[in-house]
Amino acid sequence: MDIPGLGTAFWLQVKRDLQLAFRHMGQLANPLMFFIMVTTLFPLALNPMPKLLEAIAPGVVWVAALLASLLAAEGLFRQDVDDGTMEQLALSPQPLALMLLAKTAAHWLITGLPLVIMSPIVAYALFLPRGAVPTTMAALALATPILSLVGGAMAALTVGLRRGGGLLSLLILPIVMPVLIFGARATDMAMTGMDPVGALYLLAALLLLAMSLTPFAMAAAMRISLD
Amino acid sequence: MWTWIHKLGSPPHFYRISARLTPWFSWAALLLIVAGAYGGLYVAPADYQQLDGFRIIYVHVPSASLSLFIYVNMALAAAVGLIWRIKLAHAVAAACAPIGASFTFLALATGSIWAKPMWGTWWVWDARLTSELVLLFLYFGYMALRAAIDDDTRADRASALLAIIGVINVPIIKYSVEWWNTLHQPATISKMGKPSMDFDMLVWLLVMLAGFMCFFAAILLTRVRAEVLLRSRGQKWLRNTVEGS
Amino acid sequence: MNNSSNMTTDPGERAPLLEGRDLELWRGDRRLFHGIDVSLHQGELLHITGPNGCGKTSLLRVLCGLTLPETGVVRWRGRPVMRSRADYHAEMSYVGHRESMKADLSPVENLCFDLGLRRDAGQAVVREALDEVGLTAAAEVPARSLSAGQRRRVSIARCMASRARLWVLDEPYTNLDVAGREFVDEMMTRHLGGDGLVLLVAHQSHGVAGRSVRQMELV
Repeated sequence: MDIPGLGTAFWLQVKRDLQLAFRHMGQLANPLMFFIMVTTLFPLALNPMPKLLEAIAPGVVWVAALLASLLAAEGLFRQDVDDGTMEQLALSPQPLALMLLAKTAAHWLITGLPLVIMSPIVAYALFLPRGAVPTTMAALALATPILSLVGGAMAALTVGLRRGGGLLSLLILPIVMPVLIFGARATDMAMTGMDPVGALYLLAALLLLAMSLTPFAMAAAMRISLD
Repeated sequence: MWTWIHKLGSPPHFYRISARLTPWFSWAALLLIVAGAYGGLYVAPADYQQLDGFRIIYVHVPSASLSLFIYVNMALAAAVGLIWRIKLAHAVAAACAPIGASFTFLALATGSIWAKPMWGTWWVWDARLTSELVLLFLYFGYMALRAAIDDDTRADRASALLAIIGVINVPIIKYSVEWWNTLHQPATISKMGKPSMDFDMLVWLLVMLAGFMCFFAAILLTRVRAEVLLRSRGQKWLRNTVEGS
Repeated sequence: MNNSSNMTTDPGERAPLLEGRDLELWRGDRRLFHGIDVSLHQGELLHITGPNGCGKTSLLRVLCGLTLPETGVVRWRGRPVMRSRADYHAEMSYVGHRESMKADLSPVENLCFDLGLRRDAGQAVVREALDEVGLTAAAEVPARSLSAGQRRRVSIARCMASRARLWVLDEPYTNLDVAGREFVDEMMTRHLGGDGLVLLVAHQSHGVAGRSVRQMELV
């Protein structure tokens, strides 16, 4: 029997996940709203002084992005495992690693990309110098897929657990700390007039590493969770 | 070779062997640590800058190296368990985690005690201490995942995967934290474990390290024995062993 | 490799297509089953029965390659399924307890995706299968508004349209009316007639007759 190629399968999965997401527009915006709300907390909790906000802006933007991705990771596979479609996916002739990578890609398009696009507004509200905005967007564009991929691997590991509340964050946070470091540093360097390209390259390297390893980790984790 | 490994991997055999090995490691650990502590605290000369304050490295450095060493060991055991499906390897990985977390905690505690006289605060965001802290989080994550899964086999496999992901990340974390640290504090005052150390200081450090290693081996064997007992409950060999003794 | 090609070219030997050897599975402290041997030749149906909680579903999941057995090995065409998952799953279709459908998508959309991963099947094939199970009218409504029986029919349509050699059916009769149960029987008979294989777990007896039907009781 002729099995459709990998590209076809990948595209089918992305298309279906996007289709499903668009039927629930409300949920789609949750991580984005969370991102914006967390950044609003800081001026309220601290002091709306432009100088202070400018100083903490890189940290706030990056921590908020990280937390938003944690929130998003929670729901990445849960529904598919609950309704049994994951089981069918694991029993399809297509490699599970590829299908989960496709799911993560769709998930990033829905939760990560809007965050990148909205980041200039948040940056503006926090008085981040205009010169640092393009760097921040570029760094977020490199970092959010890593967050989705690592989040995906950990979500696959914890998806079957009834008592998994909070566990997911505990697993993801230490692993993605380097992303936070490089990302916030890239913004910081652009702010202080240094060349941020080194930090961006490091993020790109991490992204490549994550893209090549996490799909297999996701597949292995999912098979354990389905066992 | 393979039969030897399989024999070692069988719980009854391990249970017997480990019973004989544990006292050896325990006594070696006691002797080495007492010798190392005496040497480090009395024999080794005081540091010309830090005076006697530096002597805490005789606990700090061995615990810090063990914290990492145990994590790598745990991931190796986990990988062996996952690939060749050897249950004993999973038991070893499970037993490693709390020991490694304790050594990590000890390294952090001694590090901050040392920081007090040196820098005047209990905590500094020094690269080593920070990566040690992240390592502690990794251990916590591993133990939390294990605790969250009821079924032994599934807990073994899931946590093994997590340990492997973690060990791939350890160098990345270490590098990124160092990079972050040099940017913020261009002239780090990191005297801890500086390479240029006098021989009379170093030799006691090595004795301490060997002692800590033996201590780890003894604790590990004991813990793995407990794991094996727990996992073999209701099995025939265990009943025979217990009734025979 | 050589081994498997020998088996397929030598029908006189009648080596089983699906074979499970010495399977053992634990769940926590409980041993669900041990020393189970399963073999299935082409055109055969194996009906696995047993009381609740005896591990029927778990055995099916082991035979599917979803669950790793404690000991033992499952082979398809002589090759361990854990080593050649893609080949095995290309020839196998599983109907589980759950209907494995997205509630927001219609049966057509659901099946188009599932089958799209298996073969180059267009909407026409999916519609035809849905017609056959009697879901012509419900083909386009979101799956959430279907009844339990209708959803079961979608699962069965997926299995039929997959053109898989081996069908693994876990309680396919659940929620079906009399006509639906008869349809499942008829469908299995047809599949066996075309040299297909069926692994069936069901409480009630099935309506497939013939020499190629075997029963196995799990205790």
